[in-house]
Amino acid sequence: MVTAVTNFGRSGLSDWLIQRITALVLLAYMLVLGGIVLFGGEVTYESWRGLFSQTWMRIFTLAAMLSIAAHAWIGLWAVSTDYLTERLMGPKGNVLRLIFQAVVVAALFVYVVWGIQILWG
Amino acid sequence: MLQVSLYRYNPETDEAPYMQDVQVDTGGKDLMVLDVLELLKAQDPTLTYRRSCREGVCGSDGLNMNGKNGLACITPISEVIRGGKLVLRPLPGLPVIRDLVVDMSLFYKQYEKVRPYLINDEPEPAIERLQSPEDRAKLDGLYECILCACCSTACPSFWWNPDRFIGPSGLLQAYRFLADSRDTATESRLAELDDPFSVFRCHGIQNCVSVCPKGLNPTRAIGHIRGMLLKRAS
Ligand code: SF4
Ligand code: SF4
Ligand code: FES
Repeated sequence: MVTAVTNFGRSGLSDWLIQRITALVLLAYMLVLGGIVLFGGEVTYESWRGLFSQTWMRIFTLAAMLSIAAHAWIGLWAVSTDYLTERLMGPKGNVLRLIFQAVVVAALFVYVVWGIQILWG
Repeated sequence: MLQVSLYRYNPETDEAPYMQDVQVDTGGKDLMVLDVLELLKAQDPTLTYRRSCREGVCGSDGLNMNGKNGLACITPISEVIRGGKLVLRPLPGLPVIRDLVVDMSLFYKQYEKVRPYLINDEPEPAIERLQSPEDRAKLDGLYECILCACCSTACPSFWWNPDRFIGPSGLLQAYRFLADSRDTATESRLAELDDPFSVFRCHGIQNCVSVCPKGLNPTRAIGHIRGMLLKRAS
């Protein structure tokens, strides 16, 4: 049986809210980054490095990375509990779902840690 | 002659379901799909389906007609037929008992979960519990549901998790009692819905709205429930 112990927040509502808030953060980040690329003059190594050495940009980028991780986890958790289930695949659905969720968590964790290293490295 | 492709399955004799091609003489009239079934049953009495009122009131004859769920008794052939062929299947996503008859247990279980009855812990008034016309109007578009299951069996989220997602029909009824000024169990009703499956498996695809033969809008009701959950949490 599919249970909800692996979901992100405390409840369906918190997952739903986090999903929406992180989407807004990502939208804002893409707009700001897109604006800089389009209207901020030529993108060079120096200008890019200068941009990402500013504290606000680092924090903003970190927020975007954490948002991606949370957003992806909630979304892929929902996908896995829709399709990788005992109902659809028999008992192996439960095993596959856990493997899938473990791979997603590991990948997201690596991305975040790696991203922080790049930002503050 | 009308070409009909029928989903047939008799668990006692058939190993697997199959589609049967049959022809029926409609006399050139644009009959209701249920009339076509009655003609077909006269040709072959083993054909099995549910029906009762034949006027869109009882909700027994929900079917999948050329890919779209609806009530056979109030759907004219011309509304669903494609490529000169009428394709009739049982409602998707529920176990088939025989031919066009599905096992609705899971559907009713979800309905039962929302406690579809008035709960009021206040002392009973001498005559009846009154409701203002405005409060009564809040139930319009909710109480008319005939539990035909056309919506829930058109909903992918219900297909994948029929045991945990309440589905559009059950949620419409959940909201019908959440919205009732005479009901005092709002808090415990909401508490029961605040898990990741019961309500939040709805992704707003609106299949439910597009098939409801009574023209109801479960997606809007689900939005209202979400709003109430949000208000309760903040
Ligand atoms: S709007 Fe929600 S309940 Fe309606 S069909 Fe889509 S997912 Fe199902
Ligand atoms: S909401 Fe409409 S489609 Fe769904 S069960 Fe009620 S009447 Fe049928
Ligand atoms: S037979 Fe009653 S709704 Fe169609």
